[in-house]
Amino acid sequence: MARTLITVPRTAKRDEIIEIRALVQHSMETGYRRSSDGDLLPRDLIRRFTCRFVPRVAANSNAASTAGDLIFAATFHAAIAANPYLSFNLRATTSGTLVFSWEGDNGLAQTETVSLLIA
Amino acid sequence: MQPSTQALQKDDTQNPAMLWVKDGEALWNKPEGAAAKSCASCHGEISRMKSVATRYPAYSSTQRKVINLSQQVNLCRVTQQQASQWPADHESLLGLEAAIAKESRGLPISPPTQRQLADAQKHGEALFNQRVGQVDLSCRDCHETLAGKKLGGNVIPQGHATGYPIYRLEWQSVGSLQRRLRGCMTAVRAEPYTHGAKELIDLEAYLAKRAAGMKLESPGVRP
Ligand code: HEC
Ligand code: HEC
Repeated sequence: MARTLITVPRTAKRDEIIEIRALVQHSMETGYRRSSDGDLLPRDLIRRFTCRFVPRVAANSNAASTAGDLIFAATFHAAIAANPYLSFNLRATTSGTLVFSWEGDNGLAQTETVSLLIA
Repeated sequence: MQPSTQALQKDDTQNPAMLWVKDGEALWNKPEGAAAKSCASCHGEISRMKSVATRYPAYSSTQRKVINLSQQVNLCRVTQQQASQWPADHESLLGLEAAIAKESRGLPISPPTQRQLADAQKHGEALFNQRVGQVDLSCRDCHETLAGKKLGGNVIPQGHATGYPIYRLEWQSVGSLQRRLRGCMTAVRAEPYTHGAKELIDLEAYLAKRAAGMKLESPGVRP
């Protein structure tokens, strides 16, 4: 499991625009580099990042973690540096859960959740 | 250092080395080895490590030699936890070292007064002034005489080791001071001392003396 560092304010005022930051530990190996022995290093990339927002009501019902609104997504390629960092904004309207997910090569599928409270 | 690199270092939500710190903090509380003890079992909260990193390298009376912080961590791992030693620059070792060093952020580098450490600093200083490699330059040539000038695209810094372990953009990873020093030696086409060699420890000891009083800023970010 990759280590992640997610920064979201614990609480926000209604309609406040909040900044969300997500850092993940990943080598982003391009598949073009060679080791010191000359062997090609196999590609190991994060391919896609998404962040969804699941309002509290939906979270309490039987909705799966894939439910909710997509608020940010990014497709990653070989030229992205290791340990990619993203920051984006969200207008906070209701309390709920932010669902972050990173998917990629070698079966990478990691999900982290952070709750947001509208005061 | 570019303002953008400084900004990355100053903001814990952006500094990629914080991922290693988080690893280290988790390891601090994890029982390991045949003794099934965590670092916390003996040392308590990691915040108790405050100021420890400002005192290394230091003379260890049990080892009867000068050791750096990562060697002390490995020592506890082997003798106290009865677990296998980590190789140099192992991710977990760097994580623990970064987490411990972070507890001393903002505190002045303060090498202890020890006769054995003074010997190491003296030997380290001699190595610092010694020309090496096909390029025939000493550490001093670059980091004092030529400091502030450019080498390739990089500004040559004064070479104060205040931020170790660092996240180096060129490495795309966290690495130790010894890795940095070996890099400087390779750059002048000298054969670098092996990881853990007495020469590297002595150089580290001299660098700490040279930087005494400067504030520790670990985990640093460097180009
Ligand atoms: C069984 C108890 C025990 C465990 C477990 C243990 N230590 Fe220690 N540690 C000690 C003792 C005793 C000393 C002081 C004597 C020495 O130098 O070994 C020490 C010293 C240290 C120091 C130097 C402190 C100073 O003030 O200079 C550091 C740093 C340290 N330990 C880190 C760790 C880390 C990291 C771990 C987990 C990987 C760990 N220790 C696990 C007992 C322990
Ligand atoms: C050819 C010039 C040159 C020589 C010789 C050289 N260095 Fe360096 N050193 C550099 C440059 C350039 C950097 C900075 C690279 C970067 O990060 O952009 C550096 C970085 C460092 C740093 C890191 C400083 C920081 O802010 O983290 C230390 C410590 C250091 N050198 C120590 C040494 C020691 C000890 C020696 C002798 C064994 C040595 N250097 C020899 C050019 C040199």
